[in-house]
Amino acid sequence: MPDAAAVLDATGVAKRFGAVVALKNASLQVAAGQVVALMGANGAGKSTFVKILTGVLKPDAGHVKIKGRDSTVASPAGARKWGLVPVYQEPSLIPDLSVADNLRLADTAIEPFRHWVAELGLPGLAPDAMIRSLPLASLRIVDLARALALEPAVLLLDELTAALPTDLVDRVLKVVRAQADGGRSVIYVSHRFNEIAAICDRATVLRDGLTVGDVKIEPGIEERIVEMMLGGAVAAAVSAERPVKPIPSETPRLRVRSLKTGTRLTDVSFDLHQGEVLGVVALEGQGQDELFDTLAGNRKPSAGTVQVDGAPKTFAHPADAIAAGLTLVPGDRAHALLMSRSVRENIAVPLLARVRNWGAIRMRDEAAKVDKAIDTLQIDTRALGEVRRLSGGNQQKVTIARWIAKGVQTLLLFDPTRGIDIRTKRQIYALVRDLADQGAAVLFYTSELAEIRLACDRAVVIFNGRVVDVIDARDADEATLMRAAYGLTEKAPA
Amino acid sequence: MTLTDTPSSLSRFGRLMVDRPLLPLIGLLVLLIAVLAILNPGVLSMFWAGNTLKIAIPLAMLAACQTLTMLTGGIDLSVGTVATISAYLTATLAPLIGVPPAIAIALASAVVIGLVNGFGIAVCRVHPLIMTLGTALIATGFLLVYQRYVIATGVQIPDFLLWLGTGRSFGLPNSLALFIPFAVLIIWAQRRSGFGRLLYAIGANEAAARLSGVRVWQVHLTLYTLSGVIAGVTGLLYLGQIKTASLSLALPLDLPSVAAAVIGGTSIFGGRGGYGGTIVGALILTVLTTMLTLMQIPEGGRRILFGLIILSVTALFIRLTERN
Repeated sequence: MPDAAAVLDATGVAKRFGAVVALKNASLQVAAGQVVALMGANGAGKSTFVKILTGVLKPDAGHVKIKGRDSTVASPAGARKWGLVPVYQEPSLIPDLSVADNLRLADTAIEPFRHWVAELGLPGLAPDAMIRSLPLASLRIVDLARALALEPAVLLLDELTAALPTDLVDRVLKVVRAQADGGRSVIYVSHRFNEIAAICDRATVLRDGLTVGDVKIEPGIEERIVEMMLGGAVAAAVSAERPVKPIPSETPRLRVRSLKTGTRLTDVSFDLHQGEVLGVVALEGQGQDELFDTLAGNRKPSAGTVQVDGAPKTFAHPADAIAAGLTLVPGDRAHALLMSRSVRENIAVPLLARVRNWGAIRMRDEAAKVDKAIDTLQIDTRALGEVRRLSGGNQQKVTIARWIAKGVQTLLLFDPTRGIDIRTKRQIYALVRDLADQGAAVLFYTSELAEIRLACDRAVVIFNGRVVDVIDARDADEATLMRAAYGLTEKAPA
Repeated sequence: MTLTDTPSSLSRFGRLMVDRPLLPLIGLLVLLIAVLAILNPGVLSMFWAGNTLKIAIPLAMLAACQTLTMLTGGIDLSVGTVATISAYLTATLAPLIGVPPAIAIALASAVVIGLVNGFGIAVCRVHPLIMTLGTALIATGFLLVYQRYVIATGVQIPDFLLWLGTGRSFGLPNSLALFIPFAVLIIWAQRRSGFGRLLYAIGANEAAARLSGVRVWQVHLTLYTLSGVIAGVTGLLYLGQIKTASLSLALPLDLPSVAAAVIGGTSIFGGRGGYGGTIVGALILTVLTTMLTLMQIPEGGRRILFGLIILSVTALFIRLTERN
């Protein structure tokens, strides 16, 4: 229903970052009195589109009009003046100032703010409370109330209900719907179909940087939206048949029970067996990074247990996790590598970490281990002097090689193939299989659903803080995984 | 010198500084010596060379503290104070309790200051700059209290320190007998020991080192204690060289020790550099000082010039080596 009456009208928006095309041709129309959901799978270009809509980024092509006026040249402050107010996933409040000071900074009147805070279910919030001292859920309410107090023509809500308790979610949804019923417009970015069904009029779906659909919300629309997000990927997912191992009955290498950690994971349980590659499937921002950080000893869980080979473990430091055989390849290579140091030094760090290895390095021994790891991973050895000079794929191999040299027991791979070339990706799948065949256990989070079939034996699906499904790799076509990741097939965890 | 030609030759020189840091440094040293020889014909001699080495060695040893701490992205500004305290305690306690106990107490105090630095930086996560300046201030206070209440019967400088600090054998200063093994050990340790590698690892990316299982606090605690010990030993050597104990003996070496490490190519942001360059940096600074002295500028002017030269050379070298 794109029409002249659209309050916000984005058409033909394109954006590239260097060689990467984030958006090819995205469009979105929102009329007065409407709540429009903006949806898309991981990597569809949703966050780039949101940044362009809110004036953070300038598009390479296309235009964004708010009430008929071009806003693409604007800054975030400009977009706000035009009447578009965003509420982001991470609260944009200054932690060391009070609530009232934050309002003053953003030129927000306090009376309407109070009204909205009460309306949203936090009547007791003190304006002189420090932002730092408030729980995340309250911050999101403060952020939303601040946005509402500005009486925006268009309200953009980005994953608003993540990390909110259920009772607050209900109030928030009511308030958002009431905004639209009062004649304003809302863009609702979300992964949650039940919320979209409850308050949205339409959904605009992005895939690979294109707007591929604009549908009216009605019962049963979920399946169609999932299809749109998948596009032709379903057929492409068919891969060579690989025998899937039966789950062994002995004590699992890693047993996680009722783990609560970070801001999003509330109750995660699964088993990872020796010789198994267990995939982890989750939409962006479901807390998967916090799960991996916790298992690697880099973050303390707030509840739940972790057992390694049947023995309960608590990790106060990554060194504790490493001692228990749990080793992490983090999602961001910049967090893992010594960019200014050589490949050899990067790979050898874990060998030297403990005090008893602080003395003379057995150079020949080290060289043998490092060379073997370089060999196993086929790291391009032309630029060994500084890791920063390696390609992304080779850098990723170095982060994995580190643990190969140390000896792999349980490998935690967080999106190891993101942003690397297809040849390296294949090498990594093969390596992961080899490691598992040699008796390692691998936990493998990937943002590319097609990889589950290529590399894993089973996959656990995390949604809304819990494991909502466990899927055998044989059945893990993209459509099944996508439906599960959106919480559409929820069943009790195995 | 191609230093000031064009931006491109500047950056090429910078690349050279990063890849082969010793070559341009030695070039600069030779150039300075040549200038010195032109300004003062006849000044160069075996005696002059020995003297320059003798003066450069305590500076180079304190600069080892800066090099090691800077590799992790830290700094130790208490080294001058630690060296001073170590020298003062040795000189004033030796007549009272004998030389070996005096030196033991002097070095023990150096260890304590190093441990306090290490504890503050490793466990309380105080920034090294603040922590080491703070302990230096406190330690100086203790030294003043000591000087006021411990009635010194006199000052005795142990003979072997005099031999080490001022003596010569075959025309070369005896302090080389301490310095050469010391330098070899540091250069070996930075490349071939687990501890040395971890200094680079922490400086290059502390979070990555942690994820690799390094307990960073253990490294920091050991590092700053080691730095204290080196400064303490340097104080003993310096006592033998200066032959007098004062309350500000080695304090003027604080800034030059940092400058020597920076000129020597060690990054103040950590992860890059090494002790080889630092030694040449200390020699460069010593030759510069000689040059200023021989130019017969009054003390005030000399200090102003020396400070300006240290700042501009350091700024230039940081500009050359940190661009990437």
